[in-house]
Amino acid sequence: MRCGDFKENYIDDEEIFPSPFTKFWLALFLIFLIAFPFMANAHLLYIANMIGFAVIGAVGLNLLTGFTGQISLGHAAFIGVGAYTSAILVTRYGISFWLSIPLSGLVSALAGMVIGIPSLRVKGLYLCIATLAAQFIFGFTFVHWESMTKGITGIHIPPPAVGSFQFDTEKSFYWITLLFVILGVGYARNLVRSKMGRAFVAIRDRDLAAEIMGINLFRYKLSAFAISSFYAGVAGALWVSFLKVVTPEHFPFILCIQYLAMVIVGGLGSVIGSIFGAVFMTLIPEILNVLSDMVKSYAPGMAKMIIPFKQVVFGSMIVGFLIFEPRGLAEIWSRIKKFFTLWPFSY
Amino acid sequence: MTQPVAEEIQLQVEEIHLSFGGLKVLAGVSTSVKKGEIFSIIGPNGAGKTSLLNCINRFYTPDRGKIIFEGQNILKLKPHQLAALGIARTFQNVELFKHMTVVDNIKLGHHVHLRSGFLSGGIYYGKTRREEMALRKEIEERIVDFLEIEQIRKSVVHTLPFGLQKRVELARALAMKPKILLLDEPATGMNLEETEDIARFILDINEEWGVTIILIEHDMGVVMDISDRVCVLDFGVKIAEGEPAEVRQNEQVIKAYLGQVDLTYSRLGA
Repeated sequence: MRCGDFKENYIDDEEIFPSPFTKFWLALFLIFLIAFPFMANAHLLYIANMIGFAVIGAVGLNLLTGFTGQISLGHAAFIGVGAYTSAILVTRYGISFWLSIPLSGLVSALAGMVIGIPSLRVKGLYLCIATLAAQFIFGFTFVHWESMTKGITGIHIPPPAVGSFQFDTEKSFYWITLLFVILGVGYARNLVRSKMGRAFVAIRDRDLAAEIMGINLFRYKLSAFAISSFYAGVAGALWVSFLKVVTPEHFPFILCIQYLAMVIVGGLGSVIGSIFGAVFMTLIPEILNVLSDMVKSYAPGMAKMIIPFKQVVFGSMIVGFLIFEPRGLAEIWSRIKKFFTLWPFSY
Repeated sequence: MTQPVAEEIQLQVEEIHLSFGGLKVLAGVSTSVKKGEIFSIIGPNGAGKTSLLNCINRFYTPDRGKIIFEGQNILKLKPHQLAALGIARTFQNVELFKHMTVVDNIKLGHHVHLRSGFLSGGIYYGKTRREEMALRKEIEERIVDFLEIEQIRKSVVHTLPFGLQKRVELARALAMKPKILLLDEPATGMNLEETEDIARFILDINEEWGVTIILIEHDMGVVMDISDRVCVLDFGVKIAEGEPAEVRQNEQVIKAYLGQVDLTYSRLGA
């Protein structure tokens, strides 16, 4: 009898989901995702959509920062470029939502490549500052290019539709979000185990040796920026289509930091880590909201204190993660998996 | 020493001058490496051995001179273009991708021979899948098996001891299917047994894979045993070149390594 998970050919050994066991749990999770909208209320579905957009954005940022090692503080700007592109294409040029999504991804990728040009010369903190410029340049453009973006009044976007069916509720939009999340995560997971993904990690770990292997640093760094920004653009376009409005206030600098925090808390250089990070960063504030409402109902006098206290708890949780689990939620996940591979007969 | 070496010159270094500021690192070094030989470069510390390799690799651009590989002046190329020509290298202080597994590191060596792009790679079906499987098979059956690193193939590189890391680096260089392999002190920090293993691997790579080898090494036992020809550098100048037996007798070489002959004797009290 086989006791353990043994591989008999290379195809099995290179699988993403290596055992029937993982496939079973994945299928169960998919069934849960499909059943979810029929069980949840509108607020929960709203959060689920938000998590979806965050997952797409975070996977994109992780490809750039976690895998390729190029820190970017311009992610919110790329999300904004995608969002505005989609909004303008749909409202002004009458292009369908479905076509506007890949187009906004492409425009965003182009913006990302331009901002990524300094990455050949500068690394680390210096690159941080160079990408920070993107945030301010695009932020300024969103506000002041009024003929296109309508400035601070923003653009109202009609909901996406197929025939006469409109995706205008949390529940119907959930399916669009789910589709793009699955596509985005699947693509990223495959990319990182093929030629290009390996080149990304090589650049992060040792760019000198990467060059000896024949990796054109400039080309691959720009590709990383392009792919990452493509994700950001798609996330932004979906997000504002869901909200049905886009204004410059949607893309503040703090959004970049939030995405970086997702990637770091989740686990740098891990696709599943970005998902954990996105869920964590979206869900925890909501849970804290619920908890603080409960406390408020018990002790109404403390209401004033509780609102700022939420931020303190959230902040300390992030710091706690960095101290106790610097490699992120993905590391906890892999420990759990390791524990169960031999359970209950581990020795 | 090992097999009849063809007389065809594969790599020619012509009058290379390299300086950093006022410091002359290489002062007019010329030499040539024949196809299929094991060519060693020796010399005291700071003689410019690694700098010469770095010039061949295009990490450094010499002030003057030419480096011709199979009829092409490679000083016009960028470092990343050399891999496709078939120039591979290992480093003195192991330059592996530390957070990747051994197999992934070796796969990276094969980078230039893979065809999949960002679209097919992300879909990972059909062509890319077949390509990746063929790559894995080749790595396992030719390289991992040859270098005897089966048991560590899934380990993350930075968890391995130095001796094994050096072996993984050699594996990665082999995955590049090189025509010429530059080895920078492959036996440093190894015990006698590991050194013997490395020497055996180098000989096998040279004979079975038909790869020309340029070797920098301080272990004179290894150098004198396996080299076809030896080149001696001292303060950026070539002071001798020839078969190991000739070089060993060369007075200038003895002087560079031991100082003045009479001084040596006087130190020894003879």
